[in-house]
Amino acid sequence: MLKELRPAVISFLLLTLLTGIAYPLLVTGISQVTMSDKANGSLIVKDGKPVGSSLIGQSFSDPKYFWGRPSATGPVPNNAGASSGSNLGPTNPVLLDAVKARVQALRDADPGNQQAVPVDLVTASASGLDPHISPAATEYQLARVARLRNLSPDALRKLVGEHTEGRQFGILGEPRVNVLELNLALDVAR
Amino acid sequence: MINLFVQVALYLGVLLALAKPMGYYMARVYEGKLPAFVRWMQPAENIFYRLCGVDSKQEMRWTRYAMAALWFSLLGVLAVYAMQRLQGWLPLNPQGFGAVSSDSSFNTALSFVTNTNWQGYVGETTMSYLTQMSALTVQNFFSAATGMAVVIALIRGFARHTTETIGNFWVDMTRSTIYILLPISTVLALVLVGQGVVQNFSAYQNVPLVESLSYEQPKLDASGNPLKDAAGNAVTEKVVVKEQSIAMGPVASQEAIKQLGTNGGGFFNANSAHPFENPTPFANFLAMLSIFIIPAGLCYTFGSMVGDTRQGWAILASMTLLFVGFLAVAEYAEQGGNPAFTALGVDQNASAMQSGGNMEGKETRFGIVNSALFATITTAASCGAVNSMHDSFTPLGGLVPLAQIQLGEVVFGGVGSGLYGMLVYAVIAVFLAGLMIGRTPEYLGKKIEAFDIKMASLVILIPPLIILGGSALAAMLDVGRSSIYNPGAHGLSEVLYAFSSATGNNGSAFAGFGANTPFYNTALGFAVWAGRFWLMIPVLALAGSLAAKKRIPASVGSMATHTPLFVWLLIVTVLLVGALTFVPALALGPVIEHLNMISVH
Repeated sequence: MLKELRPAVISFLLLTLLTGIAYPLLVTGISQVTMSDKANGSLIVKDGKPVGSSLIGQSFSDPKYFWGRPSATGPVPNNAGASSGSNLGPTNPVLLDAVKARVQALRDADPGNQQAVPVDLVTASASGLDPHISPAATEYQLARVARLRNLSPDALRKLVGEHTEGRQFGILGEPRVNVLELNLALDVAR
Repeated sequence: MINLFVQVALYLGVLLALAKPMGYYMARVYEGKLPAFVRWMQPAENIFYRLCGVDSKQEMRWTRYAMAALWFSLLGVLAVYAMQRLQGWLPLNPQGFGAVSSDSSFNTALSFVTNTNWQGYVGETTMSYLTQMSALTVQNFFSAATGMAVVIALIRGFARHTTETIGNFWVDMTRSTIYILLPISTVLALVLVGQGVVQNFSAYQNVPLVESLSYEQPKLDASGNPLKDAAGNAVTEKVVVKEQSIAMGPVASQEAIKQLGTNGGGFFNANSAHPFENPTPFANFLAMLSIFIIPAGLCYTFGSMVGDTRQGWAILASMTLLFVGFLAVAEYAEQGGNPAFTALGVDQNASAMQSGGNMEGKETRFGIVNSALFATITTAASCGAVNSMHDSFTPLGGLVPLAQIQLGEVVFGGVGSGLYGMLVYAVIAVFLAGLMIGRTPEYLGKKIEAFDIKMASLVILIPPLIILGGSALAAMLDVGRSSIYNPGAHGLSEVLYAFSSATGNNGSAFAGFGANTPFYNTALGFAVWAGRFWLMIPVLALAGSLAAKKRIPASVGSMATHTPLFVWLLIVTVLLVGALTFVPALALGPVIEHLNMISVH
């Protein structure tokens, strides 16, 4: 019974030092020296000050901006200190009411637009921090943003294109548009 | 459709191509024939044994092997519990988090030691950086290494004959850690940082919001009680939020071993859906690959160590076929979307412009293909990391993870635990075949006798007892029902998922379910412990029994266990045992919900 206690205690301590102290410190050291931007959160810096992270979405509700994925974090959407999805089940009436309200808000912001709404614009993301929307979701909003900012749709589409990523290496994942970067660029453009 | 096929084929292609080199390397490590590129570490390994008082040449009987694994795990529980309770006084706590509650600490300690990594807590508002890296990350290594050691002991049981011993736990566990888990994790962590996973010890970063936000909160009086107006309604005040506080931490180092060790406990609450844990599709690809690489490789290690690699390929083929079947259901269900959304004027069709499908609880960069793929992988293995919220899956999409966990996570499975689970099913399969033709069953030249079948039966029967018994109990009690988040049949699925995930040591959840209560912290804490050690001990007993047997040469009457026929028999055995046990419960949860969903129109 007790014969294995000594090896248990000593190996536990030594391997804790190795995997719980040395290993994370080594990874931190190498990352901070060679890739400090990424290791520190891929921050977007303007005039020497961080204005957001290109990996963390912000919430937009002003019609002159592109809106991102709905976020279920509390107490405010896109709370990057407490990530969360909605966890609403597919037949939960609360989910259907939420989607209905989001469709309505998009329609109210752009009454002339009768297209079907791309699903990612009205469903909450898994993290509550999704920085991206689909190209379909930017196309749906494009006429609205162009009109409110007095931009030609083609010029705006070009700007959107600059913030659109295809599949990684042409294969992995899905095409997407970074909403915060796009909106920051919009504010610079106009 | 092309997108689906290309991404899945690439994933499976890379995985299966790596299974042999990985498996070959692991076999060399466990047999002590280290390849040259790691042999320089051997003197350090030997010094380590001397410090620990371990004679690396001395082998153990199964009882002593089990005792060593238990002591090691017990120390882990104490250390993780203590670190959480004491973190307020310890360094590397820039957010100043206080002690974690005792029942939550208890649950988390058991959960991480058993390779479950169920998270009842919200990481970024609960755990200090020191707790994350020196308690939780450490158990990510140790629980994986323990699982790998046990499967190697079982493989030795098949490979050896007429001997009392099955190896030395300390040697197997140490080699798993320093030659396999640690080097791969280090490389993987650095690649992940290159993709954008954070790795720092900074306080949370505040950035200005482009559009400020506001919310209402209850107004409190001087003594902290909520104020009420004359009509008795709560008085609220408006809070304006102008900044976003972005959680940080040493994430990449935990992320790497979290996947590689099929642990699955996220640094953040949103786990692998969080952009700082899983920022790009390539990071996601590596995550999925590292979940399956050791379980797939171990199949080859098994074949190599028993002296017939075809035996390993047969097991791997069974796992792959089962996996593809489950994956097809999940992809189909999630891409099909939610019929109620279409009625609201929502476009769920896949196109070049969007992934479409049921996007509730999914991230845009992963879309449907990589969300359903990840969900199938993480529950085929005992990983439990999630890059999408399983609670928001369509009923059939959510049934896939649930059913895979209930089958015992033998489709690839957890590191070590998956293969030992599948080998137990193989023992049951040859037993069934033996019954049909009236011969004493044998597997790999070992006669399977009454004691072996008893141990195998324990491994098969204990999990359903805990899952179904626990779910039934919880569904009858007020404290059990009060944690349910979604109404109707989905609520029962949440309870079933919680007990399945805990007992299966998976750790994923239908996460709307409020599991951080004294009742569930205790009940699920018990379930993770029983689901781990009540299975591990019979497996080690089986290993000891097999090692002691004579090897009998194959005769014309022996059933070949490397043929397509055996692959099929094994698949049918897994599905039949699982189906007979869990179909009634699944019918009351996901199946009813599916019928409700499609009957909306």
